[in-house]
Amino acid sequence: MPIEILMPALSPTMTEGNLARWVKQVGDSVAAGDVICEIETDKATMEVEAVDEGTLAKILVEEGAEAVVVNTPIALMAVEGENLEEAAQGASSAPPVAAPAPASLSPSAPPPAVTVHEPAAAKPAAEPEWSGETETRTVREALRDAMAEEMRSDSKVFLMGEEVAQYQGAYKVSQGLLDEFGDKRIIDTPITEQGFTGLGVGAAMYGLKPIVEFMTFNFAMQAIDQIVNSAAKTHYMSGGQIASPIVFRGPNGAAARVAAQHSQCYASWYAHCPGLIVAAPYSAADAKGLLKSAIRNPNPVVFLENEILYGHSFEVPKDGDWTIPLGKAKVLRQGKDVTITAFSIMVGKALEAAEALVAEGIEAEVIDLRTLRPLDTETLVASVMKTNRLVSCEEGWSFAGIGSELAAIVMEQAWDWLDAPVKRIHGADVPMPYAANLEHLALPQPVTIVAAAKEVCYR
Amino acid sequence: MASTRGKAGAIEAGDDKGLNGYDKDTIRDLYRTMLLIRRFEERAGQMYGMGLIGGFCHLYIGQEAVVTGLQAAALPSDTVVTTYRDHGHMLATGMDPKGVLAELTGRAGGYSKGKGGSMHMFSREKNFFGGHGIVGASVPIGAGIAFAHKYLKEEACCLTYFGEGALNQGQVYETFNMAALWNLPAIFVIENNRYGMGTSVERAAAHAQELYHRGQAYGIPGQQVDGMDVIAVYEAGKEVIAKVKRGEGPHIMEMQTYRYRGHSMSDPAKYRSREEVEKYRSERDPIENLKGRILKVGTMSEEDLRAIDREIKDIVADAADFATTSPEPDPTELWTEVLVATA
Repeated sequence: MPIEILMPALSPTMTEGNLARWVKQVGDSVAAGDVICEIETDKATMEVEAVDEGTLAKILVEEGAEAVVVNTPIALMAVEGENLEEAAQGASSAPPVAAPAPASLSPSAPPPAVTVHEPAAAKPAAEPEWSGETETRTVREALRDAMAEEMRSDSKVFLMGEEVAQYQGAYKVSQGLLDEFGDKRIIDTPITEQGFTGLGVGAAMYGLKPIVEFMTFNFAMQAIDQIVNSAAKTHYMSGGQIASPIVFRGPNGAAARVAAQHSQCYASWYAHCPGLIVAAPYSAADAKGLLKSAIRNPNPVVFLENEILYGHSFEVPKDGDWTIPLGKAKVLRQGKDVTITAFSIMVGKALEAAEALVAEGIEAEVIDLRTLRPLDTETLVASVMKTNRLVSCEEGWSFAGIGSELAAIVMEQAWDWLDAPVKRIHGADVPMPYAANLEHLALPQPVTIVAAAKEVCYR
Repeated sequence: MASTRGKAGAIEAGDDKGLNGYDKDTIRDLYRTMLLIRRFEERAGQMYGMGLIGGFCHLYIGQEAVVTGLQAAALPSDTVVTTYRDHGHMLATGMDPKGVLAELTGRAGGYSKGKGGSMHMFSREKNFFGGHGIVGASVPIGAGIAFAHKYLKEEACCLTYFGEGALNQGQVYETFNMAALWNLPAIFVIENNRYGMGTSVERAAAHAQELYHRGQAYGIPGQQVDGMDVIAVYEAGKEVIAKVKRGEGPHIMEMQTYRYRGHSMSDPAKYRSREEVEKYRSERDPIENLKGRILKVGTMSEEDLRAIDREIKDIVADAADFATTSPEPDPTELWTEVLVATA
């Protein structure tokens, strides 16, 4: 049976092309790899090589033909031992070797009538109420305790980053860890974010549980390809074979007077990406409980800390096994008039604003989002249904920010309950200035939140 | 530590007497694996032309000796990571041609259930860690896997393959630095096929004639190997793998090879002459060369080789059949495996 030579697709988007020239003529013998003709696409003229051996028996599409659709038979080739004339009579009525394209890819076929909804994320267990003993810890100590406890219980956990070992951490978060765990598990890296992040991801893919510290998340921009393309996507791309159990942590957002290149909030950048979990705690207890959960989690977790909060003290449960579930917001203050959401350092400012609002006769409900992906929409929507108003607070820029996402969610899920437009509190839409007065103006302050809350309450 | 030039193992390219030192099975396996890759890739190219494979498809034809020789020298416990010209690596690590080809056709039977495609395929079972689409990004990942081998005190190494184009990426040198600093069991395999897409190595890389020197500043030894000679690759591979496993630190192997086909499928090939491609094909082809040596020395007969041809033909035909009949992934697969499920 002669072989049908089909019009080939020569690029990912090609559906048709012109047959520019036949290089082989009827009667010519053809070896695999020989150029048989030239096809002109919208991008280039390309040579078509034979895949099979044989003799060209008949040309079905003459040179100069335009808009020849992909998979159209363009010639017949006689195989070894076949009579050329008989072959030229045409292929049998059997269909060409090409299997039909899958239905959903065929341009003429209607889209498949399948409705698939994104499954609701598994609900994290509710946070256990802690009634036991507590101790006063700074956020810095709480983060260190979380890492130390997890490293004691799992030998696959290790910490790597710039100045984490001998220097004891650029912000002293890893203080004392080198002494306890040694340099095999507390690893100083060269200043090569992209390289050591990729190295950490590779170690995670093989089964280790790295904690990669960025001196600040500003520097992680050098490594964002490894975080998103390598860590976040590989589990999906591998059909579930290769996980990346890794934590990327470090201070995020503005510190004080370090200006534009050291003062950016990356919350919405990472929260945008499926395959990542993103946490941004405020209190020391949450920092510890969430970091322990992040280390134990089999997925890549971006853990956004805040340099100014490192020195703040909070009560932390005295229990090495106590954790906070990822994906669960916390209502810090009950109120009936307006919901104020915040994460990381903005939580403190939101609480301050809520306190000030009491004098105005406004009872604000303050929610610490704690995890940004997956977002606890349930807690958010339930609160808005109660207060009918939302003020969202973040330090980052407004465009496509976390507040924009919250506004969309509330519009989609609590539209009929809203009594006022959602108000977004955010950093000024400029690179962070250095001058003290300008920096203060660029960052959202409690008075801004108070004004916004009064506005949505029509006061 | 100085780089060492050339002498790729005990056997010179074209030294027919060299084959006498091997048992028939070793030679047979080398020939068989190269032929499997060649026939598989030819079929993939054909199926792409038929519209059965979409997107990007980078064929390994011409470079078969590189991964075949090195993987023959490695153990199953050694790990492999590469970039997007990855079909040959998967076949050489023993992955099932059916699952590889079904991934190319985007079907449920593919290694990634149709969710990865040609450039993103993995096999945890075969220690194959991809299949990565971003040029250069797989190099630190390979060093990370080597780091894990060392951390876990395993007697294993990670073979990290990448093209001479990737070698100019900054993260490659960040990786060389850390691999040397931490004495990682990492083998960096530069597959120098002479073209990064349409740019010749001479137009992209400074001092292109000695890319294996690129680790010199970090004290990483390197060597050039004739990547069209599978025996030379195998010999060099055995030596380097043993050395790296002895704890002597990372090593760079520059494999001088050539790809016959375009960078991807839509490659007008205007950047090199037809004569150049033809010269490699007719004079340097790794499969034809080994075949000639086998017949000259008498390791196997013509009939032995024909039997392998037939076996491979059947394997590839079966794979094509599987890849075209395996169903498309279930629509529910769209939402699965974004995250590892937790209780």
